[in-house]
Amino acid sequence: MKARIVVTLKNGVLDPQGKAIEGALEALNIKGVSNVRQGKVFDVDIFTDDSVAAKQNLQAACEKLLANTVIENYSIEI
Amino acid sequence: MKSAIIVFPGSNREFDMARALERSTGRSPEMLWHADHDLPAGTDLVVLPGGFSYGDYLRCGAIAGRTTIMEAVRKHAARGGLVLGVCNGFQILCESGLLPGILMRNANLRFICKMQYLRVEQNNTAFTRNYESGEIIKVCIAHGEGNYEADETTIEALEKDGRVAFRYCDAAGLIGGRENPNGSRNDIAGIYSQQRNILGLMPHPENLIDPLVGGTDGLKLFESLGSAAA
Repeated sequence: MKARIVVTLKNGVLDPQGKAIEGALEALNIKGVSNVRQGKVFDVDIFTDDSVAAKQNLQAACEKLLANTVIENYSIEI
Repeated sequence: MKSAIIVFPGSNREFDMARALERSTGRSPEMLWHADHDLPAGTDLVVLPGGFSYGDYLRCGAIAGRTTIMEAVRKHAARGGLVLGVCNGFQILCESGLLPGILMRNANLRFICKMQYLRVEQNNTAFTRNYESGEIIKVCIAHGEGNYEADETTIEALEKDGRVAFRYCDAAGLIGGRENPNGSRNDIAGIYSQQRNILGLMPHPENLIDPLVGGTDGLKLFESLGSAAA
């Protein structure tokens, strides 16, 4: 079973990297793109057919390591 | 004073730290590897040195903060043992949950390496007893992620409980504005745990212990520790 985990910054957390990317897009004359927020994507294989168990497992992975919940949210797609 | 330095893959300030501890306590620290399980018996102080543990992969300090030796450090801290984390060590303490908040990318997105003035906020801890409260010291900073951030409740609690250890300032002690190098909330350069036995700070006091390399303002931190647990 494959899964994808997306980690993004919480609303209100300043993202200087996103700001810099936004500036670079503007410099490349790409118009109308604003509020750029940079995040992370993790693609993983899970050795189970039980999607509920898989989700619980990945939730633990996010809470313990993949996301810092002080500043980041995560979502899991299976 | 019996001290131990934890060395992670990518640590690079452990020898500076060892020199500072030797000079102030008269004893060489034990060097421990990240995969060790226990601290040497009778350890008074554990130090997490600066560097780029695990190449700063995932988030600075995230992987180091979850190694087996950190469980031993957590137990040591719970017993009231002293823990000092400098630069990447501070990031590791935040990632492991031993200190609240997180160190984010510097607001100007640059790696900053320069001399920096700090205000010692109070001298009633094992780390700062040889300083004066409000003393202005000059040390160096060298980091890309030193922008301290935490939720409002945490910041309020840190301020109310006097757990801000050091703040960025100018030579005259003025705080705020341009003297804040990295955008850190409330100009915070270092914080204590609730029991004040854990200190995390971004600047490098261990590099300012010898007049030959620009000053000795960092020495008193190590002398404080030396006199804290004789």
